[in-house]
Amino acid sequence: MQFGIFSVSDITRDPISGETPSEAERIEAIVKIAVKAEEVGLDVFAIGEHHNPPFFSSSPTTLLAHIAALTERLILTTATTLITTNDPVRIAEEYAMLQHLAKGRMDLMLGRGNTAPVYPWFGQDIRQGLPLALEHYNLLHRLWREDVVDWEGQFRTPLQGFTSTPRPLDDVPPFVWHGSIRTPEIAEQAAFYGNGYFANHIFWPTSHSKRLIDFYRQRFEHYGHGTRKQAVVGIGGQAYIAKRSQDAVKEFRPYFDEAPVYGHGPTLEEFTQGTPLSVGSPQEVIDKTLTFHDALGDYQRQMFLIDHAGMPLGMVLDQLELLGGEVVPVLRKELAARRDPESAEAPTHAGLVKAKYGDGPARQPRPNANRGDNVTGASPYQDSEPAAEYPEI
Amino acid sequence: MNTPKEPFRLAVVSAGTSDPSSTRMLADRIASRIGALAQERGGAVAVDVVDLRGLATEITTAIVSQHMGPKMTRAIEVLGRADGIVASAPVYKAAPSGLFSSFFHVLDNDLLIAKPVILAATAGTARHALVVDEQMRSLFAYLRTMTVPTSVFAATEDWNASELGERIGRAAIELLLLMESGFAEQVRSESWKSYQHEFGSAGGTELDIDLSSDLMRLATGGSALKPKRPE
Repeated sequence: MQFGIFSVSDITRDPISGETPSEAERIEAIVKIAVKAEEVGLDVFAIGEHHNPPFFSSSPTTLLAHIAALTERLILTTATTLITTNDPVRIAEEYAMLQHLAKGRMDLMLGRGNTAPVYPWFGQDIRQGLPLALEHYNLLHRLWREDVVDWEGQFRTPLQGFTSTPRPLDDVPPFVWHGSIRTPEIAEQAAFYGNGYFANHIFWPTSHSKRLIDFYRQRFEHYGHGTRKQAVVGIGGQAYIAKRSQDAVKEFRPYFDEAPVYGHGPTLEEFTQGTPLSVGSPQEVIDKTLTFHDALGDYQRQMFLIDHAGMPLGMVLDQLELLGGEVVPVLRKELAARRDPESAEAPTHAGLVKAKYGDGPARQPRPNANRGDNVTGASPYQDSEPAAEYPEI
Repeated sequence: MNTPKEPFRLAVVSAGTSDPSSTRMLADRIASRIGALAQERGGAVAVDVVDLRGLATEITTAIVSQHMGPKMTRAIEVLGRADGIVASAPVYKAAPSGLFSSFFHVLDNDLLIAKPVILAATAGTARHALVVDEQMRSLFAYLRTMTVPTSVFAATEDWNASELGERIGRAAIELLLLMESGFAEQVRSESWKSYQHEFGSAGGTELDIDLSSDLMRLATGGSALKPKRPE
């Protein structure tokens, strides 16, 4: 079971101080937050992707590669990578590069994004959002698994004899989570490929997320990747922790009330009652988080949103101390005690390498010399199947 | 005629804001008339009232954040299982009240498909009389409900007029006959799939997933490309 934090990368006015951090300050802060996440014993850090103010994270792999260089254990991932408006070829290239630099300590979560104007900025049409996401992933999947890809689809220019470089680390593609709140096709795609399924689990109660998680588990089994319990499930969550429950409510309320998306809507009490948000003592956060397991069964990754709505860096770092120091250790123990041994392990690069090669050596692709035509053609690597040979005259 | 063993479930939605409220009184008169008629015909009606006054803050929350509070959730359950509905609104500024319209705006589009509905409204002046037919009826058409032919409108001067009682009687028998015919149930059992749905719509009850759609084919590695020439 992996525990981590995910950030949407919003730059929001602090309602207490009235200050809005600069982009420079917020970017510096997110690096400190990620490093702190490792220090306090968390497993995963995830960053979102946006292409408009007030967000800073337009280039997640650059940020994550930097954090990878500053950490040793932390798994770097996204929440989410836009599979709709990004070219899947660029995703294949950028994330494979990140995978090498992070020595495999990364994966990624694919999402459609929720900002309608982004689509035309990248030449896409939001009305095609779902087919775009599905087709783009079909291509991405192949780019990481086949050295040479011929491909033609509805949305992207066709590829002939294309090789995405670098090949994934140890020739093992990064683990992929498909994120969805209410789209059965995304859950089906996750199940079809045997990838992970992630429910954002912020705005709706656990019962809502459970519907598609159960569907994904059933389809994962249908496609022969393992039993339902072996399907790989991650969920989000949101917490504000203080030693004393009443302090948590008092401290968090001004941030909640003015939070982007749900601020100025439901009260903190209504939202806490009706969604996975927990605001309270470490024990209260532990208790509520355990109800997720009661509803969903064993799952592999629990993420928390803790750095949004203008919360200043000091406050976020304090949250990390409490989350890593008092909440997660108890959750690890409790969930380990409840875990069915049949359930899937949380995905890691080491686990995927082991699954592919056993104890044997991993493939290390070495390219053939450039043949001068700037195309890769049929046999780009020394261990590739040779192209048809014709007798030389 | 079907003689059901179970009483019909009638949901009464009132957007009256005072207590007592004439909008609620009108809805109650209609509901009790339906009950009395059903009894005469050997049936029975069980009434659930959704008084929107108590849901006001949850309705506005749902509009701005899609967050459904516990009262909204219960109201949706009541409407989802109702055999018939009485929807009663006060008219403000030549339109059904914002509270009334907002409540129906946040419901799933497919929650009320084919359900028989009596539309009712109250106003301080007879000049508002067409609000029911010209505004409320189109909202309920969008929701694909089966509104009964007779609208019930009560301005101040109508309360003591026997004609109001006659209109209530006409609307009540129209609704009762539609409930007795099993129309809504039959449409929903025979034709539910032909309406647009989203996963989790109809108040969280629409959970069917069509695995044979084009998108599902694409999700499982298929192509979105149309064949280049007809086979």
